[in-house]
Amino acid sequence: MEKYSLFSLVKHGRRHHETWQRAWRDPAPKKSYDTVIVGGGGHGLATAYYLAKVHGVRDVAVIEKGYLGGGNTGRNTTIVRSNYLRDEAAHLYDFALKMWPGLSQDLNFNVMFSPRGVMNLGHTLHDLREIERRVNANRLNGIDGQMLDTAGVEERVPLLNCSPDARYPVLGASWQPSGGVARHDAVAWGYARAADSQGVDLLQQTEVTGIRVRNGSAEGVETSRGFIAARKVACVAAGHSGVLAAMAGLRLPIESRPLQALVSEPLKPCLDTVVMSNAVHCYISQADKGDLVIGAGADMYNGYGQRGSFSTIEHTLQAVCELFPSFSRVRMNRHWGGIVDICPDACPIIGQTPVEGLYFNCGWGTGGFKATPGSGYVFADTLANERPHPLAAPFALERFATGALVDEHGAAGVAH
Amino acid sequence: MLLIRCPYCREDRSEEEFSCVGEAHIDRPESPGDLSDSEWGDYLYMRTNPRGPHRELWVHTAGCRRYFNVLRDTVSYEILAVYTIGAPLPQPPGGNES
Repeated sequence: MEKYSLFSLVKHGRRHHETWQRAWRDPAPKKSYDTVIVGGGGHGLATAYYLAKVHGVRDVAVIEKGYLGGGNTGRNTTIVRSNYLRDEAAHLYDFALKMWPGLSQDLNFNVMFSPRGVMNLGHTLHDLREIERRVNANRLNGIDGQMLDTAGVEERVPLLNCSPDARYPVLGASWQPSGGVARHDAVAWGYARAADSQGVDLLQQTEVTGIRVRNGSAEGVETSRGFIAARKVACVAAGHSGVLAAMAGLRLPIESRPLQALVSEPLKPCLDTVVMSNAVHCYISQADKGDLVIGAGADMYNGYGQRGSFSTIEHTLQAVCELFPSFSRVRMNRHWGGIVDICPDACPIIGQTPVEGLYFNCGWGTGGFKATPGSGYVFADTLANERPHPLAAPFALERFATGALVDEHGAAGVAH
Repeated sequence: MLLIRCPYCREDRSEEEFSCVGEAHIDRPESPGDLSDSEWGDYLYMRTNPRGPHRELWVHTAGCRRYFNVLRDTVSYEILAVYTIGAPLPQPPGGNES
């Protein structure tokens, strides 16, 4: 892999940028691999990268039915934060958050991580008490968090309607300065390029049509390009995890629903932080290019159509117009949906299944992007050592039998 | 936007009047005490989550407030059938129910 640097930029610039190497190979599938990762999004690619780099497992293929990062990795609102209520979730997400500042250097690819702070608004006394409880829990876990009063919110976000007679009065907010946003596509591309340079085969346009299981253990995957044998099969397919599980005769505690987002036309800089409101189901930030990036809540019923319910997006835009009256005449550019895999406790499932050699990393629901580096790291460790990474252990599938759920629904300031 | 025909009100109404409760036809085990933890967890949490025809329990929250079942395709979102609880199960076209 050619290293990206100022030197290489100048060198290729002098040749009109016609001499750049392709970022990753397009290999033909081998007959067998040590580990096959199903799903070429951020989490799958990160898993492959850390398997190769940290654990020396380079006989790895990532199988993707479309193109790399074309699922939820390319469809989220790019928010990175770790202000989760429960200890287990806080530890996992904060582990991921601490990897973000060094990620561009590690991957030699600019993921444009911008720690511009994340604000979660409270509109009622109850909201505020929940937020204060979460901030206190965060601080006990060593996560930077603080409470802002109305004046503090207004000072940071002057466009927000903080007047006492607003439809959604702002009584205060939590504030995590180390949170922010990153460039979602760059995360997929950076991990893909780095994994490829470690020898990982990235197989795009290759659909998994079956998982071959014999005597209770996984032997490989049937694909649109033939059977690929593997000692371990790791499924990292977000919304389609339930479909993959069914191929191995398993059921998961997951329901797949569309989560919608949209971006506006580019505007001059007007919002330099991330504003989220759990109560009115919206989150909003401004991309470096100037677009407002707006996220909505998940639909209330299952769906695999990547669009989502009109009433959900209408509800979110009503809230945005109340919170930011000056945005009411901004024109929207694009709108889309991603299929998220929601667990009963809004926490991921990481680890082994009852089928030997079959692993799942799924259930990240509406908030998986922020965890991409940490998710890949702990899942690679779990795969390589065939036992749960300590941070992943509380998120094993067995928790749905033992009852040790990590209840993060609504507790994390997330908009569900 | 889904238009759902409530089998009790006999009117096509907007999805906003309804709430989706989740997968239908999950029977509560008769004697939970006799089940293992994983059997009980299976009842509580595991779902088929199919891509295609899906049987769901809905309630007409802002209408008659009664529960009924919907057979809906989760890819096209087409409502294939609406039927009351206890009614014979309508089959999806082609019979490819998963």
